[in-house]
Amino acid sequence: MAVGTLYDKIWDQHVVCRLPTGQYQLFIGLHLIHEVTSPQACDMLRERNLGVLFPGRTIATVDHIIPTTDQARPYRDTQAEAMAQALYDNTSEFNIRFFGEGSPEQGIVHVMGPELGMVHPGMTVACGDSHTSTHGAFGTLAFGIGTTQVGDVLATQCLSMDPLMVRKVQIDGELKPGVFAKDVILHVIRKLGVKGGIGYAYEYCGSTIEAMSMEARMTICNMSIEGGARIGYVNPDETTFAYLEGRPHAPRGTAWKRALQHWNTVRSSDDAIYDDQCKINAGDIAPHVTWGINPGQSVSIDESLPDPSSLPDGERQTAQLAYQHMKLTPGQSMNGTKIDVVFVGSCTNSRIEDLRAAADVAKGHKVASHVRAIVVPGSRQVANQSEKEGLHEIFLDAGFEWREPGCSMCLAMNPDRLNGDEICASTSNRNFIGRQGSPHGRTLLMSPQMAAAAAVSGHVTDIRKHCV
Amino acid sequence: MSDNKIVKVNGKALVITGDDIDTDRIIPARFLKEITFANLGQYPFYDERFNEDASLKPHPFNESNRQDAKILFVNKNFGCGSSREHAPQSLKRWGINAIVGESFAEIFASNCITLGIPAVAVSSKDIKDLQKLALENADLVWSVDLKSATISTFGFTVTLIMPEHHKQTLQQGLWDSTALLLNNLDKVRQLHDQLPYTKNYGG
Ligand code: SF4
Repeated sequence: MAVGTLYDKIWDQHVVCRLPTGQYQLFIGLHLIHEVTSPQACDMLRERNLGVLFPGRTIATVDHIIPTTDQARPYRDTQAEAMAQALYDNTSEFNIRFFGEGSPEQGIVHVMGPELGMVHPGMTVACGDSHTSTHGAFGTLAFGIGTTQVGDVLATQCLSMDPLMVRKVQIDGELKPGVFAKDVILHVIRKLGVKGGIGYAYEYCGSTIEAMSMEARMTICNMSIEGGARIGYVNPDETTFAYLEGRPHAPRGTAWKRALQHWNTVRSSDDAIYDDQCKINAGDIAPHVTWGINPGQSVSIDESLPDPSSLPDGERQTAQLAYQHMKLTPGQSMNGTKIDVVFVGSCTNSRIEDLRAAADVAKGHKVASHVRAIVVPGSRQVANQSEKEGLHEIFLDAGFEWREPGCSMCLAMNPDRLNGDEICASTSNRNFIGRQGSPHGRTLLMSPQMAAAAAVSGHVTDIRKHCV
Repeated sequence: MSDNKIVKVNGKALVITGDDIDTDRIIPARFLKEITFANLGQYPFYDERFNEDASLKPHPFNESNRQDAKILFVNKNFGCGSSREHAPQSLKRWGINAIVGESFAEIFASNCITLGIPAVAVSSKDIKDLQKLALENADLVWSVDLKSATISTFGFTVTLIMPEHHKQTLQQGLWDSTALLLNNLDKVRQLHDQLPYTKNYGG
C-alpha cells in the first residue's frame, strides 16, 4: 500500500476504529446532500428512530431537478416538487442548513461547496453523488456514496470503508493553445481507461497541474470517477489557499493563520510511496471530443475514429454499440460533425472561469441557425458574477439561452433535455446512452471553448482554428 | 441479526453481456424522481426493455422463462458511473439477489454490500463459460456459495473472487453498516473534537 501520500495522511487522521467486518470506520468532515439521494436516507433515520449526530457538518442544496427557466415553487413537475418539498421538510426536521431555490448560495452541490469556502484541505468529504471527487481539488479525500451511506453519515458522521490504493498521475509541461483542463482529463481517461481507476485514488501532480487554477483542477478531479477512480485529488498549494481566502466559510484572522499551518502539512511527502505511477506529457494533448457512449471513447479533434476490429475484446463490443447508437462511422473524424444542441453547464464546467472562456469564444458571433444552445451557470453566485461581468449579454447577443443555475441537461431530471436522436456538444461529464434525457439522444463531451465554437459554427470544430 | 446472514444464493441466471454497463443504463435518471425505492423493481434497463409505446423489446429481463431469475451474470466494470443506489435497489427489487461478473465499479460494489447483495468476481474465462451455459439453458439453477467461494450448477463449478472480509460481512450478517457504525459513537465524538477544522483551527 501507498505510504506518506496525502491520501494516507488524511485517512489515518480520520479513522475512528476498525470494524468487526475488517473495514474501517472513517469520520466524514463535510457531508453534502441534495434532493435525489437523500429522501430515502432520511426515511431510514425515521424508521430506525435515529437523529443526525452533527447537523452542522451537513449542508443541503437543490440542484438535480430544479428547473432552469422559472425556479419558483411549486414546480410544475409534481414529482420534482415532491422531491424539493421532502428536502425542505427533512432539513428542517433534522436541523440541517439548506440552500434552497432562491437562496444566494444555491447551486450544483459541487460548485456550491467549494465557492462558499466549505471544503478545506485535509478534510474528508462525502456526498450521495459520484462527482464528489471534484472536491479533491482542494487536497481532500472526497468521494461519492450510496443512499444507505448517506443515512450512515447523517446518523454517525461516519462511513464503513476499505482503503484505496494510490496512483500518481503526473502531468508535466505546458498545454498547447486551445487545450484545457477538460482535454487533459479526457486524455487521462482515454489513456488509463474507464476501469483503470477501480481500486485507486488518483493523485494529480506535476507542473501542468501546479500551473492550473482551482476551477481547472476541479474539472480534472470531477471526472476521476469517469476513469473508475472514486477519489482524485491535488496537493494543496498557494493557489488553493488564495482561492479559499476570504470566502464565507473559510477561517479568518488567527484561525486562518493556524489553518494555513495545518494545510501545509497535508500533502504527499517527497519520498511518498505509490501503488502505481504514470507520466503524461502535456504537450502531447490536443483538443478532445468523445465519439462514443462512455467518457473513455474520445479522440483528438483531428484524429480518425477507431476501427472496432482493432480493439481488444471487451472494448470492441462497446465500440460497436457506440457506433450504432451515435450513428458515426469508423475512420471518420469528429471535426465537422453537425450538431443540434449545445449545453454549457454541469459540475464539470459551469464555474465562472468556464463561462468566461465560453463567452470569449462566442463573443461577436451568432449561434448557427439550426442549433439550440443553452448556458446554465453552476450556481447562483456564478450567475451573479457572470451578470456583473456582462457574460450573459455576450451569450444572449450570440443567441444562447441564459438560464438559472442547476444540473439541467447534464442528466435531464428537469425539463431540459434532448429530443429524439439529437446530438449535443456538451461540457458535462457523461455521454452514457440516455443520459441527456432521450433514449436515442447523443452526447459529445468537450471543453467549454470547443462547445461554444461548435455552437457558432453549427458543427464540431477545432478550437485552435478559432484561437488564431 | 441472524436472519441477515447471506451464505448462499440459489436460482436461475440472467445474462447481460458487455463491459462498462453504466448506472444510467441500469436505471435512467427519470426514474430517480420517486422519493422512495418502493417501485424501482419495475425499471431496471427500462430504455432497453421497452419501446416508447411501452411495448416490450427483446431483452434478457423480458424473457418469460427467466422472470424468476435470482442471479445476474455480467462482464467488466458493471455499474460504472453514478453513485445512485437506485441501480442495485432496482435490480434487487426486480428479484436479483447476487451478481457475478468480471469486475464492478467501486461505488456500485459498495452499494451492493450495504444492500446485502453479493457482487462477486470470477475470471474472464469463467464468466464466458457461465454466460454461455446460462444462455443455452434458462432452467439451469445456479448456486452462489460464499462459504466455499464457488458458483456452481449441475456438474460445473468455478471459483469466485471476493475480498475475504466482504465474504465474512455477508455470511455473518454484518452488512447493516449503520448498526456497526452506531456502536462507536463515543469514539466518533472524541475524534471529532480532535480534528483541527471542527474547532475552527483553534482560532
Ligand atoms: S451536474 Fe451532472 S454530474 Fe454534476 S452533480 Fe449535477 S447531475 Fe451530477
